[in-house]
Amino acid sequence: MPKDTRNPAAAPPAGGSGAAPAPHLPAALPISVNGKPYFHEGDPAMPLLWFLRDSLRLTGSKYGCDNGQCGACNVLLDGKAVRACSLPMSAAANHAVTTIEGIGATNLHPVQQAWIEADAIQCGYCQSGQIIAAIDLLKRKPRPAEDDIAAIGNVCRCGSQPQIRRAIARAAELLQGGKK
Amino acid sequence: MTASFDAGRRHFLAVSLTGTGALLLAPVLRAAPLPNVPAELLGEDFTGLGPFLRIERDNRIVIGAPACEVGQGVFTDLPMIIAEELDLDWSQVRVLQLPYGGGDGANPYGRQGADAADAAARTFLRHAGANARWLLLQAAAREWNLPAESLRTQAGEVIASDGRKLSYGALARSAASITLPAAPPALKSTAAYTIIGKPIATADAREIVTGACRYGIDHYGAGALLAVIARCPLPGGSLLRMDDSKARKVSGVVDVIELPHSTDAPAVAGIAVLARHSWAALQGRALLEIQWQPAADTSESSSALIAAAHAALDGKDGGIPVRSDGEPLRIRKQPARHRIESRYELPFLAHAVMEPPNALIEINQDGARLVAAVQDPDGASQWIARLTGLRRQNIRIELPRGGGSFGRRLDNDYVAEAVVVAKAAGKPVKLMWTRSDDLQHDRYRPLGVHALAASLDRHNRISAWSHRCAATPVDARTPNAGLLEATAFPAGFVAHLQQSFHPLSTHLPLAAGAWLDAFRTFAIESFIDELAVVSRQDAVKLRLTMLEDAKAPATVNGVECTRLAHVLRRCAARIDWRTPRTDGRGLGIACHAGGGGSFAHAFEVAVEGGQLRIHRAVCVADIGTVINPRNAQEQIAGATLDGLAATLQQAITLKDGRIQQRGLQDYPLLRLGLSPRSTEIEIIDSTDDAVDPAFASASAGPALANAVYAATTVRVRKLPLLPELMRLL
Ligand code: FES
Ligand code: FES
Repeated sequence: MPKDTRNPAAAPPAGGSGAAPAPHLPAALPISVNGKPYFHEGDPAMPLLWFLRDSLRLTGSKYGCDNGQCGACNVLLDGKAVRACSLPMSAAANHAVTTIEGIGATNLHPVQQAWIEADAIQCGYCQSGQIIAAIDLLKRKPRPAEDDIAAIGNVCRCGSQPQIRRAIARAAELLQGGKK
Repeated sequence: MTASFDAGRRHFLAVSLTGTGALLLAPVLRAAPLPNVPAELLGEDFTGLGPFLRIERDNRIVIGAPACEVGQGVFTDLPMIIAEELDLDWSQVRVLQLPYGGGDGANPYGRQGADAADAAARTFLRHAGANARWLLLQAAAREWNLPAESLRTQAGEVIASDGRKLSYGALARSAASITLPAAPPALKSTAAYTIIGKPIATADAREIVTGACRYGIDHYGAGALLAVIARCPLPGGSLLRMDDSKARKVSGVVDVIELPHSTDAPAVAGIAVLARHSWAALQGRALLEIQWQPAADTSESSSALIAAAHAALDGKDGGIPVRSDGEPLRIRKQPARHRIESRYELPFLAHAVMEPPNALIEINQDGARLVAAVQDPDGASQWIARLTGLRRQNIRIELPRGGGSFGRRLDNDYVAEAVVVAKAAGKPVKLMWTRSDDLQHDRYRPLGVHALAASLDRHNRISAWSHRCAATPVDARTPNAGLLEATAFPAGFVAHLQQSFHPLSTHLPLAAGAWLDAFRTFAIESFIDELAVVSRQDAVKLRLTMLEDAKAPATVNGVECTRLAHVLRRCAARIDWRTPRTDGRGLGIACHAGGGGSFAHAFEVAVEGGQLRIHRAVCVADIGTVINPRNAQEQIAGATLDGLAATLQQAITLKDGRIQQRGLQDYPLLRLGLSPRSTEIEIIDSTDDAVDPAFASASAGPALANAVYAATTVRVRKLPLLPELMRLL
């Protein structure tokens, strides 16, 4: 397994009064991200979001809050949508994570296609998390009812919900068409 | 489609600005210093003071977007203006974000803080396109030896009357050697538009849905330390003592810096924790032990402010007179068929941008580089110069996409903080605000209470009106500014009208903006609905009677009566206003003139299973000339849902001098479940001046409250609406 050499979490503490010998380092945690294997050697309590963003520089997963309230950080963990900001590396380890960068990397995923068609973008900051939530929903419920859509916990500050609703409907169509 | 061009490619056309403000297209020496031109627009042969355009030999065209995109659509809409005057086919165009072009001299990109509604910015960009087109025409005329007047342009080509064609790409080089005339070439007539007025999708949509688009927070910078700041939670307070020994022990924490308290910077007192990565910085900050020194008064609370507002409105002091038409006290003296009085309470609000503020700054002896979504890059540049002593021409500002603004990114407080931290650390710094920082250290929408009273005559017309407002001023020098001005509706429509204002004092920093319209309009449009209910008349008809009074002039205090009446009628028609609803559903409507635009909202709602359901939302808006109808629809929908979310759920509350909201659990942003199941937007065709669509938010809140009343007979006069409705039901 190649090691992530850019992982700043693995760097020794420097400067200040923290220069005392580091306590015994936690064991490196293996994790698969977008099909590639990595290790995390820092604090096992570090949320997955910061590993993705700061260590791997996969910045498509966004920071919007600190406690699972907004959904901007959504990623797929073994295919299910989870909040990367609320998942410590100790829990994410040994699982397969797919971020927005790993979805439709070569060809757009039908949900991404639907998002473009519906122009479900204003500032766009929440949208990678919305797309992950929709992928997860449409996998479970190919024809989602209003209650299923209402159950999506993602927020959008810009008020793009009308376009998101259209995008979900369109994505459901595209996914069903694809199966025919 | 953003541009990703090989900077070494040679052939392109640069449009630049001369000292007199004329745009010019000119080859410049290769080695000229060009701090503010992105490499993708430069190439090697030519440079300019501020190119918007690059034309490749194969006719691919790059257009620079001058303003910071924060969701208002300028990244797409402003380049559309250039493309229109240049006669391009939009599919040829790639858009590239320009950095800040200002410095000590004129800014070749124009006013970069401008939104798409800024008339001067639009005209500036139109000339940029028209000038380039003129030069390309001249180049073709030379080539064919034909008079330029005999040629036309279409979809990126110059076409002769005999049908010969030359692409812009083939002409760009020779066009670059031609000098523009002193008088600027004519602009297109709006009738000839082929791009403006057509619905065009977000230019960088693909980057956004694939996670490739880099927002401010996604920039790390070489060797930059991640910084978070522990700020005093008591507005105006300062640091008493702190112990950072635990914070410094966190693996990854590099330094802890007490920020020099400066009255110069807009930054508050605080302690910065610098680390190699975000998590270490956050952990370190959590382990700081800090004692804050409060400012004079720590007892301030929202409930006390609201109580003080009511006390002021109950008291003998009449407050600051704002306007007095006709006879005072008419409401009490005049025998009237109906006479009512209501009060409306509104809380503080925060901007709560989806991407909390952040800034990456690198400073060295020769210059500085800022990467941050800022809507006032001029101000940011001035702050950096002031805090570093650098010359403004040596300050480069890159403008990445920003996750929302709503006015928040007009403030450069986070830029100033980043500069202060980077200077103290002697290293490049990426400053990040957390969500709780964002909710606790914003500038807020004012809090206040409106007291409205009115009487109706025997024709059921509003004969007298009194509006008294007690609120926290944004600016103490002009306390009622934006909150209750002499132009506030229905001033000018009612013969006997009194308005007065009582300022309340708070330590909280406050901000003006389109949300002040919502602050006022919620009360006014709710109250008009109450008058309609009391007098058993149709709420649309009551408003139209005022707007269409034959004696009223065409424009009353900024209200364009015909336009406002028109959007109101259209809105009523679309929601099927005259058809009574059953099944516990109710309709509500409201309208508003603001920022030069006219808006009407209607909602159809019901309380089902103890939950508010918004079945339909309609907004009809007259926002003048629209560049991109697709974006305009989204902006109006966004403003509608902004007004709805703020009205339903949001409040910033003070208790013991502190803001109580620490996360989105305390300050909910809108989820799909509470959003309208159907949202219909209609934009009136117009050639009038463009209007900022943010003003559309104001009538959404009262229309929703009016619909809630129609569905439940519960009149909510205290925001946020949802908790109050659940309490009253
Ligand atoms: S950042 Fe994870 S839910 Fe908000
Ligand atoms: S598009 Fe801006 S937060 Fe959703």
